Amino acid sequence: MLALSDYLILSALLFSIGMAGIFLNRKNAIVLLMSIELILLAVNFNFIAFSHFLGDIHGQVFVFFILTVAAAESAIGLAILVVLFRNRRTINVGDLDMMKG
Amino acid sequence: MMNFEMPQFALAAPEIWLGVMVCVVLVADLFDRSGEARFAFWLTQLSLLAGVWLAFYTHWGDSGQTTFNGMVVSDSLAALLKAASAALAALTLAYSRDYLRDRGLLKGEFYLLALIATLGMFVMASASSLLVLYIGLELLSLSLYAMVALDRDNRVGSEAAMKYFILGALASGMLLYGMSMIYGATGSLLIGEIMLAASGGENALLLAFGMTFALVGVAFKFGAAPFHMWVPDVYQGAPTAVTAFLGSAPKIAALALFLRLLAEGLGDLQAQWQVMAIILAVGSLAAGNLFALVQTNFKRMLAYSTVSHIGFLFLGLVAGSEEGYSAALFYAISYGIMAAGAFGMIILLSHKGFEAEQIEDLNGLNDRHSGYALVMLLLMFSMTGIPGTVGFYAKWLVLQALVEAGLVWLAVLAVLFAVIGAFYYLRVLKAVYFERVENPQPLVSSRGPRVVVAANGALILLLGLFPDTLIALCRAAFGL
Repeated sequence: MLALSDYLILSALLFSIGMAGIFLNRKNAIVLLMSIELILLAVNFNFIAFSHFLGDIHGQVFVFFILTVAAAESAIGLAILVVLFRNRRTINVGDLDMMKG
Repeated sequence: MMNFEMPQFALAAPEIWLGVMVCVVLVADLFDRSGEARFAFWLTQLSLLAGVWLAFYTHWGDSGQTTFNGMVVSDSLAALLKAASAALAALTLAYSRDYLRDRGLLKGEFYLLALIATLGMFVMASASSLLVLYIGLELLSLSLYAMVALDRDNRVGSEAAMKYFILGALASGMLLYGMSMIYGATGSLLIGEIMLAASGGENALLLAFGMTFALVGVAFKFGAAPFHMWVPDVYQGAPTAVTAFLGSAPKIAALALFLRLLAEGLGDLQAQWQVMAIILAVGSLAAGNLFALVQTNFKRMLAYSTVSHIGFLFLGLVAGSEEGYSAALFYAISYGIMAAGAFGMIILLSHKGFEAEQIEDLNGLNDRHSGYALVMLLLMFSMTGIPGTVGFYAKWLVLQALVEAGLVWLAVLAVLFAVIGAFYYLRVLKAVYFERVENPQPLVSSRGPRVVVAANGALILLLGLFPDTLIALCRAAFGL
């Protein structure tokens, strides 16, 4: 039987991978969207684990809302990405440097 | 066993009203043949003003009744937060029409998204559950991402939208991660039960972790240093009409997020979050004021000045008392009015094919139109905190709360940074009054925005001379 801490460690690992993906990635903006998705999945993992071990259903309801909002969020993110690509012909994160100071 | 209890819909009347009006605007815009989004504009303004009335006159004085199984609360604080955010949204939208028309952006979607964002702020203001808080926040943020990207063919605008989206989504992720730990430590999503469980002192480590992540998320949304990287780029890159909206009302929503989650739910952990809030406040004051000094772009300078104002607002929260919270609320409202005015001025000075976003574009403004120059003077004085303008009382209340909380050194530091801030605000006035331009062009603008900017300037002066009513309201919202 897995303990609560196992789930929390897995979720913390997922969260860290997502964070690292955002801050280390200098190339592709789609990887940023994937990292954000990973962070949200880590949160879902946390909520489900807590919900199960607390015997409280509300955490799982929260997860449904997060999944739905995450879908809407990636739709907007991809739309912005398309606009960016049409204007700049690149989605390289390193090229997003028109504003400085 | 099922026991279904009918929710008291009346307590959520402002949200329901805006939600219905969102649908009405969406449909009405389809029948608009003017091509200038007339229906959408006027219906949005009507909904917002009626929202102010609904929130304030029907719910002011409510004593915290909850509905929807305790997930939505109605109290004076929620009423004031909602009234202020809807009024600020209406004020900033009033500037937008000419600007958007000149750039071919005058579409119903702009007003629709602004209305949805305001609905999100309403939901946050009366949230009493982590879930409702999150839904309100996302309703606000997702609309704002789309609004920043409104000018589809603008290279800078789309870059700003991308940065805003990534960092905003990251902030939501951090906040959620914190919320999941708070849930795990307290076993409930309801703010009231979280408060009870937190005072019990169980799972202290998990709760502290959750609180830290949540505070980082909130700081991101506020734009407090060191999480302010997105603020200058987004303010500069977004169309100015969007920047005006983005810079005023959502600050009140961010304050609502802090008050509901950290001040109310985790009030017993104040000793722990106070230290972090001090770091955020001092960092914002330092980074905002020092970076603003070297800017030549007016929008970017205003963005860094926002960061410094957020630092001041955080000082009110650091005090951690009812006085401190009411000072922060007063600060957020008065800053919203100032920000609306400042970006409104940029909108007025710009015209088709020209953005007046450099400080040197303000050169000789007094020779071109002395009325606008006077409003600019009021705005900059108010942001500096000179007596006679609303900005003075905002700073004064925060400092008073700090001294009462025994944090005199912070108050002294805040005054020092305010003096540094005076330098770049006065530099703007130097351009307005003392720089000369060859054959100054007289300013032409239609009557609507002129009236709005005059009213905005008058509001800053009036609230600066007679601040008592607004201060009393802000204090009463916290039961003082």
